[in-house]
Amino acid sequence: MNLTLKVWRQKNAHATGALQSIAAPDVSPDMSFLEMLDVVNERLIGQGEEPIAFDHDCREGICGACSLVIDGVPHGPERGTTTCQLHMRHYQDGAVVTVEPFRAAAFPVLRDLVVDRGAFDRIQAAGGFVSVRTGGAPDANALPIAKSAADLAMDAASCIGCGACVAACKNAAAMLFVGAKVSQFAHLPQGQPERDRRVLQMVAQMDREGFGACTNLYECEAVCPKEIAVRVIAELNRDYRGALLRNED
Amino acid sequence: MHLDAKVPSGPLAEKWERHQFEMKLINPANKRKYSVIVVGSGLAGASAAATLGELGYPVQCFCFQDSPRRAHSIAAQGGINAAKNYQNDGDSVHRLFYDTVKGGDYRAREANVYRLAQLSVNIIDHMTALGVPFAREYGGHLANRSFGGAQVSRTFYARGQTGQQLLLGAYSQLERQIGLGTVQMHPRTEMLDLVIVNGHARGIVTRDLVSGAIQTWAADAVVLATGGYGNVFFLSTNAQGCNVTASWRAHKRGALFANPCYTQIHPTCIPVAGEHQSKLTLMSESLRNDGRVWVPKDKADVAKSPRDLPEEKRDYYLERQYPSFGNLVPRDVASRAAKRVCDEGRGVGPGGLGVYLDFADAIQRLGQAAVADRYGNLFQMYERITAENPYQVPMRIYPAVHYTMGGLWVDYNLMSNVPGLHVIGEANFSDHGANRLGASALMQGLCDGYFVLPYTIGHYFATARQPKVTGTEPEFTAARAEVAARTQRLLDIGGKRSPTSFHKQIGKLVWDHCGMARNRAGLQSALDQIPGVREEFWRNLNVTGDGESYNVALERAGRVADFLEFSELMVKDALDREESCGGHFREEHQTPDGEARRNDEDFTHVAAWEYTGDVSAPRMHKEPLVFDVVHPSQRSYQ
Repeated sequence: MNLTLKVWRQKNAHATGALQSIAAPDVSPDMSFLEMLDVVNERLIGQGEEPIAFDHDCREGICGACSLVIDGVPHGPERGTTTCQLHMRHYQDGAVVTVEPFRAAAFPVLRDLVVDRGAFDRIQAAGGFVSVRTGGAPDANALPIAKSAADLAMDAASCIGCGACVAACKNAAAMLFVGAKVSQFAHLPQGQPERDRRVLQMVAQMDREGFGACTNLYECEAVCPKEIAVRVIAELNRDYRGALLRNED
Repeated sequence: MHLDAKVPSGPLAEKWERHQFEMKLINPANKRKYSVIVVGSGLAGASAAATLGELGYPVQCFCFQDSPRRAHSIAAQGGINAAKNYQNDGDSVHRLFYDTVKGGDYRAREANVYRLAQLSVNIIDHMTALGVPFAREYGGHLANRSFGGAQVSRTFYARGQTGQQLLLGAYSQLERQIGLGTVQMHPRTEMLDLVIVNGHARGIVTRDLVSGAIQTWAADAVVLATGGYGNVFFLSTNAQGCNVTASWRAHKRGALFANPCYTQIHPTCIPVAGEHQSKLTLMSESLRNDGRVWVPKDKADVAKSPRDLPEEKRDYYLERQYPSFGNLVPRDVASRAAKRVCDEGRGVGPGGLGVYLDFADAIQRLGQAAVADRYGNLFQMYERITAENPYQVPMRIYPAVHYTMGGLWVDYNLMSNVPGLHVIGEANFSDHGANRLGASALMQGLCDGYFVLPYTIGHYFATARQPKVTGTEPEFTAARAEVAARTQRLLDIGGKRSPTSFHKQIGKLVWDHCGMARNRAGLQSALDQIPGVREEFWRNLNVTGDGESYNVALERAGRVADFLEFSELMVKDALDREESCGGHFREEHQTPDGEARRNDEDFTHVAAWEYTGDVSAPRMHKEPLVFDVVHPSQRSYQ
């Protein structure tokens, strides 16, 4: 099939960008969306033009590198699917497909479809961890954890940090991302000693990075490729309120 | 050159403890005077950087991805081994050690493997303590599954995302140190050269992938945790960015490259669908716990719907050939068996390059819900890619390149032959021999980074006593100029072909001649062709854009250039090793029933290659492998 792409092209962080119309001929339904872009890029290079820059790495839906807002939806139309796992069999011959970067003040565009998501790393560095020294841990079975608690922690921990939640949110809120990390540790005994401190510091960093606040539209949950549930935002809010009350600093 | 593995004396079980005591320490107050460069932020790199930072060493950590959390360790699915014996099924440190040495087809260093097995238990304790949500039983204790090449259940897991959970655990520790200021992180930064001063590794040259800036960094030691070279085959289960560049540039600065021909072909991957394909997707080996592998008995039946084929017309060839291990034979054995039945014309799916992995029995025995609980996300992934529902029709799988056991040569301290240059995780060669068992890569990466390197690097600092460098020495200036010139040369060729087209070409060449089965004529033919591909690359490459911006074509071109050189060494090593062992299968050397036949008399050694200034004329050095405890025998999984 033959498609027409309207792709965001932007030379660097300081340049002005614009949508460029690019033909994508001979697309096979078995291709992934990124493989389709690979083929387009090979054509562009052949014509002496610069290829479209986009983030990608594992191409199996787990590293969280790939992004793209496809026809207005982060990661495209398939539920619970990253862009790298979206296949062209979901498109029809002749379709016009708009491809844009994840947009948020906290995710500046670096080039074309590539954005800087370093803000997520800085939120993690602010408190998304359990402070443990290498070496002194007790036997792993010393502390039994109910399967249900471990499962809830795992549901939250499956976040891949792609930022689709931010891109989908009209407030560019990062609360699904932050909530997922807070929830993971909140359900585990290992997370308890730093529970208040963690949520306060992560939220403070989230605010400093320029992410907005949640207004309960659940767009984030709808686009999350790992289908992280908005209950983690509720848990984040609950923990944050409690921590504020208990905070003696 | 004498290769001294520096294996401590004493009984196997006491070597590490004795060595830990004998190693020199650095006073806590002095640690801040020794800086470390860590390249790579996967399990090995992140755990090393975090632990070194925690100990008080100033650390600079580099990754080419946009965040350390993206490193390809994240894609590991199945699990991580540890000799905990929580299942009371007879596991022990010695058994994990034995299984690993045997699984590696007696081509690994005994002392390293024993240490790995000993430390495996600490890894599980540590990762649990930092909040990794491992799978649990209802009683609250950790759950285990079994994996290929073992008859005990020693694999810990977090659904089908064990690598993700472990990496995010290590990453959380790394970020904690970044927040504390002990580690400085440099994402989107690629190492392009190693700087050696006075014979010691003292720094690196990097290119900032966003701005194009080429910079030098000085330190007291360099740690490479840069993963494997599986992408030399173009199609592999590796991430797109995985490359051999850091290892290869270190090799060209003097580090020996060991056993490059040991590549692992993973038996359970989704088969190739077409020319456009950019990667192959792995389906966790854990699927073989409950899935049964089969092909039709008669090649006339390969096009028939699998559900219409009655039991008596199916050949469950692994269960038939290897009754005691069945579908859980090690990866090399399972891959070759799949190739064999496909070569016989009994393969299924497009091109006849596939075998069935069937869950019908498991679903009947356990119920669909239980199967979904174990493998749900894998089934979902399979359906997304193939548009087939594995609950209803058997999966089709075929072997694909997955892991590379070869890598830079290191001694027991994980230091290469270049003093100060340490190599950890998949990037080194030491623990898996000629074949890695499932769930052992995560174990090795974390073991190296958390529990070995942080000790041994201190001993290096305490004994090396090198003067400080600032990064302004002529060696730094020269290396920087070389990198800049090479980058410009790639941009100036002005030819017709894209970097990817050369990558595909070399990938197909090595897959055809140095893939799952190798023979003298094929390897020789590859050796004859590779220099020609390289020559055309440097004459007819087309890199668009410039060097002062985010340039994806330029990035790729540099990596492909290194694959074009590395591939020749890999093929040469495969030609030189006149035996079959583990993942290295030479058709000339097989038993009457098609199993690998080692030649212990001539090849019980590590082949460590030295760069001589001519890519086509490397010099080989041998490290003899001595087996004091395990006696090499014909591997049998029957």
